[in-house]
Amino acid sequence: MDEQQAKTEDIIKKENLVFDKTKLLTDKAFHYCPGCGHGVVHRLLMEVIEELDIQEKTIGIAPVGCSVLAYHYMDIDMQEAAHGRAPALATGIKRTLPEKYVFTYQGDGDLAAIGTAETIHSCNRGENITIIFINNGIYGMTGGQMAPTTLENMKSSTTPYGRNVKQMGNPLKITELVAQLPGTCFVTRQAVHKPAYVRKTKKAIKKAFKYQKQEMGLSFIEIVSNCNSGWKMTPNDANKWLENNMLPFYPLGDLKTPEKK
Amino acid sequence: MGELRLMKGNEAIAEAAIRSGADGYFGYPITPQSEVIEHLAAQKPEERTGMTLLQAESEIAAINMVYGAAGCGKKVMTSSSSPGISLKQEGITYIAGAELPCLILNVVRGGPGLGTIQPSQSDYFQSVKGGGHGDYHLIVLAPSSVQEMYDFVELGFDLAFKYRNPTMILSDGAIGQMMEKVEIGEQKPRLTEEQIKEKYPWATTGKTKDREKNVITSLELEPEKMEQFNRKLIEKYRKIEENEVRYEEIQCEDAEYLMVAYGTSARICQKSVQIARNEGLKVGLLRPITLFPFPRKRINELADQVKGMLSVEMSSGQMVEDVRLAVNGKVPVEYYGRMGGIVPSTEEALKDLKQKIIGGK
Ligand SMILES: Cc1ncc(C[n+]2csc(CCOP(=O)(O)OP(=O)(O)O)c2C)c(N)n1
Repeated sequence: MDEQQAKTEDIIKKENLVFDKTKLLTDKAFHYCPGCGHGVVHRLLMEVIEELDIQEKTIGIAPVGCSVLAYHYMDIDMQEAAHGRAPALATGIKRTLPEKYVFTYQGDGDLAAIGTAETIHSCNRGENITIIFINNGIYGMTGGQMAPTTLENMKSSTTPYGRNVKQMGNPLKITELVAQLPGTCFVTRQAVHKPAYVRKTKKAIKKAFKYQKQEMGLSFIEIVSNCNSGWKMTPNDANKWLENNMLPFYPLGDLKTPEKK
Repeated sequence: MGELRLMKGNEAIAEAAIRSGADGYFGYPITPQSEVIEHLAAQKPEERTGMTLLQAESEIAAINMVYGAAGCGKKVMTSSSSPGISLKQEGITYIAGAELPCLILNVVRGGPGLGTIQPSQSDYFQSVKGGGHGDYHLIVLAPSSVQEMYDFVELGFDLAFKYRNPTMILSDGAIGQMMEKVEIGEQKPRLTEEQIKEKYPWATTGKTKDREKNVITSLELEPEKMEQFNRKLIEKYRKIEENEVRYEEIQCEDAEYLMVAYGTSARICQKSVQIARNEGLKVGLLRPITLFPFPRKRINELADQVKGMLSVEMSSGQMVEDVRLAVNGKVPVEYYGRMGGIVPSTEEALKDLKQKIIGGK
């Protein structure tokens, strides 16, 4: 053992440990770009499932999008949906296995464009599931095209001169929309680009699973995230841009809770 | 003998679903098959067996609900008619790619487009050749009576689970709507969660400490592995072809001329055969019951015996292509059909056989 290794061994001694990766995240290295929010949300989800001790009762649905391989990282039973159809899969699962916890994990293209009907109707039926919705304002996986959530004048590979809302339509606040539906019990918008927000997001995810147990209806958690590759920025600049541009249009906080509807 | 009931084909499907111990039905209304979901709703399957029933917001949602539940090892089905089946194709190819068992009923109506609500067999290609994108096949059963509508629900589920492959019942508006007497089977119990875990260890039922996580997916990014998977599917279809070909032969023993027809067309041709026999013509009928796997070996054998064949279909000539492939040029193979929701008459079919096959010799 050389000196460096001995030092490292010393640092990672159990009594020095301040953070440990949840066992429910596999050891497979994330394929996500450095700075991307997907990895953080994956971790929070798995931490919550571990803390609630519901691994044996949870079935997750992966979307088509950057997180298409979520099941490589999450050590739970999972199904891969077609683009946008995750809430329909979740409905089929929850209706035939009502005692399980079921969640979908979806991007904005998946949830708010191609899967709009599945999203709205699962929310409206009040399926007892949890939807985790990552809004990065862009189609990350396919190379940064415009998403329904792309901001006005925001550049993407299919709006290289900025989103002209007269031609391309306005950015869709689908979270505000589903908050109107009687089937949703908890609708909230969170972020993960700073530690304080990360803690709040984790609390929201935990609440959502608790409501699921109480059969209160559908919980919908939007997480405003970044896409530094798609936005063509450094991770740091992307987080600043998110704060200055995304958050004013997509303000954080609870839109609906079981206590105050 | 079990209980006899007078039922519509569509109602027979619904009753058979409950009695076969199905766990769920997800569908969207469309003529001429809405009686399936209506009959289920009236029967309160939640109370009778605990079976789930849900009217989805679209056929796309319905087939994806089937995907989710099937991925948990549940015995689930959907039904629709042609335009709705087109919408389901995305889900069907994902189900085939994820190797999930399920049952899909198509009560075919004429197309293309919105077409007509009258019976047709114009979805043959879509059903037997794949339908959605990618290399895959469904197991396709073609009922020609209300009794077979009933019986093929259980058979369809059995085959689907045996091979982990979606099964389609390819019916049509005539069989869906007509009433016949049906012998009803006993109520089978639904599987418990423990039984499902034991029988279907691949199902996503929640990861327990004693096993690896289960993942239901059709995604494989490595070309070598994807090709390997395609080969595995081919092998599965070969086994299905080896073991599951089903057909009925009517007066084929001494036949000199053969009609080939399935479903409603087969009922018509059966009568044509009778008339021909009364006239002293040695005509037989081969009725494929499985359209995939297609009874091509038997048809090839019969080509050594008969002088020619006529494929009778309510389409512009789809199954005739498979008959020709099976016959491989040994004897002439012709087609007769009606379209647009028109059912051919027995006389018409026989006349065409005489003109194209018998008379020509
Ligand atoms: C039916 C279908 N259409 C299009 C695609 C291509 N596609 C894959 S991912 C994607 C967009 C993903 O964007 P989003 O949902 O926002 O997730 P992100 O990648 O940004 O995390 C598209 C259009 C597909 N796989 N299937």
